[in-house]
Amino acid sequence: MADRQSLSDKASSLSEPAAPQARTGRRSPSSPPTAGKGPPPVRRWGPRRRERLLQLLFLLPAAAYMVAFFGYPVVKNFIMAFEKYSTTTFYTGEAPWVGLANYHAVVTSSLFPKALVNTCLFTIGSIAGQFVIGLALAVFFQRHFPLSGLLRSLFLLPWLIPLIVSSAVWKWILDKDNGALNQFLAATHIAPGHPGWLTSTSLALISVIMVNIWIGIPFNLTILYGGLQDIPQELYEAASLDGATGWKSFRHVTWPLLRPVVSVVLVLGVVYTLKVLDIILGLTNGGPANATQTIATASYHLSFQLFDFGQGSALANLLIVISLIFAIFYLRLNRRAVDE
Amino acid sequence: MTRPTRSRGTRAALASVLAIPLALTACGGGGSSGGSSSGGTTTLRVLDYYNNDPGKTVWQKALDACGQQVGAKISRESVPGATLIQKVLQQASSRTLPDVLMLDNPDLQQIAQTGALAPLDTFGLNANGYAKGVVDASTYQGKLYGLQPVTNTIGLFYNKDMLAKAGVIPPQTWDQLRTAAKKLTSGSTYGLAFSAPANYEGTWQFLPFMWSNGGDEKNIATPQTEQAVQLWVDLMNTDKSVSKSALNWTQADVNDQFKAGKAAMMVNGPWQFPVLDADKSLHYAVVKIPAPAAGKPVVAPLGGETWTVPQTGDKDKQAKAAKLVACLNSDESQLSLAKQNQTIPTKTALLAKFASSNPNMKGFVDQIPTARARTGELGADWPKAATKIYTGYQAALTGQAPPLQALQQAQNG
Repeated sequence: MADRQSLSDKASSLSEPAAPQARTGRRSPSSPPTAGKGPPPVRRWGPRRRERLLQLLFLLPAAAYMVAFFGYPVVKNFIMAFEKYSTTTFYTGEAPWVGLANYHAVVTSSLFPKALVNTCLFTIGSIAGQFVIGLALAVFFQRHFPLSGLLRSLFLLPWLIPLIVSSAVWKWILDKDNGALNQFLAATHIAPGHPGWLTSTSLALISVIMVNIWIGIPFNLTILYGGLQDIPQELYEAASLDGATGWKSFRHVTWPLLRPVVSVVLVLGVVYTLKVLDIILGLTNGGPANATQTIATASYHLSFQLFDFGQGSALANLLIVISLIFAIFYLRLNRRAVDE
Repeated sequence: MTRPTRSRGTRAALASVLAIPLALTACGGGGSSGGSSSGGTTTLRVLDYYNNDPGKTVWQKALDACGQQVGAKISRESVPGATLIQKVLQQASSRTLPDVLMLDNPDLQQIAQTGALAPLDTFGLNANGYAKGVVDASTYQGKLYGLQPVTNTIGLFYNKDMLAKAGVIPPQTWDQLRTAAKKLTSGSTYGLAFSAPANYEGTWQFLPFMWSNGGDEKNIATPQTEQAVQLWVDLMNTDKSVSKSALNWTQADVNDQFKAGKAAMMVNGPWQFPVLDADKSLHYAVVKIPAPAAGKPVVAPLGGETWTVPQTGDKDKQAKAAKLVACLNSDESQLSLAKQNQTIPTKTALLAKFASSNPNMKGFVDQIPTARARTGELGADWPKAATKIYTGYQAALTGQAPPLQALQQAQNG
């Protein structure tokens, strides 16, 4: 119950900042809608104008916060992508307009197709792994057994360790010669050849995805477990009377009722994963030979290593578009499924 | 039940999508405006990246001593190395640059290009008597913008006991390096370790091989650079005397391998001395990086930090700041800083004296007269060239392409 509560808190706190904008956009306080224009007002208006104004004033702090901390960076990033924004700009303030040159440069660079494919593989691989393992663990922990609470909290550990620390530790574990994993694989004769987890171009991306799955499991486990707690026990009892147990009860009871939670987990997961930066920088820095370079790491490199902030933000904007596409695509799919 | 959930989901998604650029956009302006001091003793604000001991204390003492000499109080801020440039850009846009700014030498031209630094000749300073490579790094468009008291470079460390046991003498040429490394490789010990990751640290380690063979950063798709890459490929893939892990090793990792006896030789710098000396059972020495052929000069890259005077608009303070920079660069200060920081003085007249009193530094000191600055040729365009260099050798070492083809692909971006 507590988990469910915190989940809905999280969801509503995320959705809240969007609300005032939508509302203030629809009705400005100075000009009430006339009968001819727009849809008729849904709520009471007329005599309660003052109160309405007061309500809008209460929304002002939230709106100001949105504009300052979300609106400004997005707009700034969007404009920067059309400018030659270099280190010089920081001192002189001059950023010559270059039109689409930055977009042209990043899209035609030989790295772009590779980074795009890597980003997709990284996101899909990470989400699939995190979600399946997270869901399996959530279902597993639904049946209470001795020490289940303790075990479940231990699973949260990856979430609590700073990312830069976990990537450093994983870098040691995955080291080719002396890493714990290869020592184990060699000792047990599973893979005596000491595979280069982070140094082979064919394995590096897989290794990075594995580490990211490990990091993402707690998030999926926690939220899905919370969702499962919310499904009434009576439904399972009724289903078992009808002969639906095991897989069937999961398919027909758990899954449909978990859908809203699943949609939140997946959409947030995709958005979090697309922008993953620190884990990749910590593990491979995009190498070997760009095998783990994603749009996010390439954007970071352009902005903060080559000091070409214009091209860096052009790439970042493409990333935003990609995550928007993912979000919209998934939501439409989900809506259709619910409508059916 | 479904409707509100759905719209809530949409909004949540949109809100979180909007949050991405926060992680990716450049740091904007901000910061408070620094009030200029009025009357009394002047306080000079100093920014550097020596935020850990022993370097932190060594520099604090040097700054305090010089501050006393020029009659100024020192207010020093030390940030982690990786965040210095971001800090400087932030201060440049908010006009809160410090009075004295320390920069890693390859970053100087990038910052000088912005116009945020004052040319030092306006304060009567010059770099006469400094090693040429050091001056190149601190010069932008013919003007001197920084003075660098001490420098460093990389050399070849070797484990005396292991070489003696295998009957190998420290290699001086590439051929000798290959033979020695092969002979020293046995069991879980590799003959040689270097750092070849996909970042500037790897480029820095590759440069002495590329430059000594006549390779040049303007165009890396040349036979000279190809041969240098081929040497690394031979060492790692043909002879297997360098671990493939080098593709992901930092120089500190390389040092760990050497210290643990997992590598008989390594390419590294003098800043590793304190770590290595902590292990009394380890006997090591340093020689120059092997040359392509006997008698050929070794061209190593120059490291270290240069001290600059930013354009703060306060003429008096700037003049005082320049005096502080000059004081840090006095003969006495150079020798003392070099000794305490395991670095090398930059005035060529001091080299012989320094090497004789610090014999463990000789392997590095010998390389200084011919050493080059990374930004000496390309200036602010160096980061692009450095990226091409590491992209090139990484593609060759991982077998993505033969060396020349790998370099061509990297050169063409």
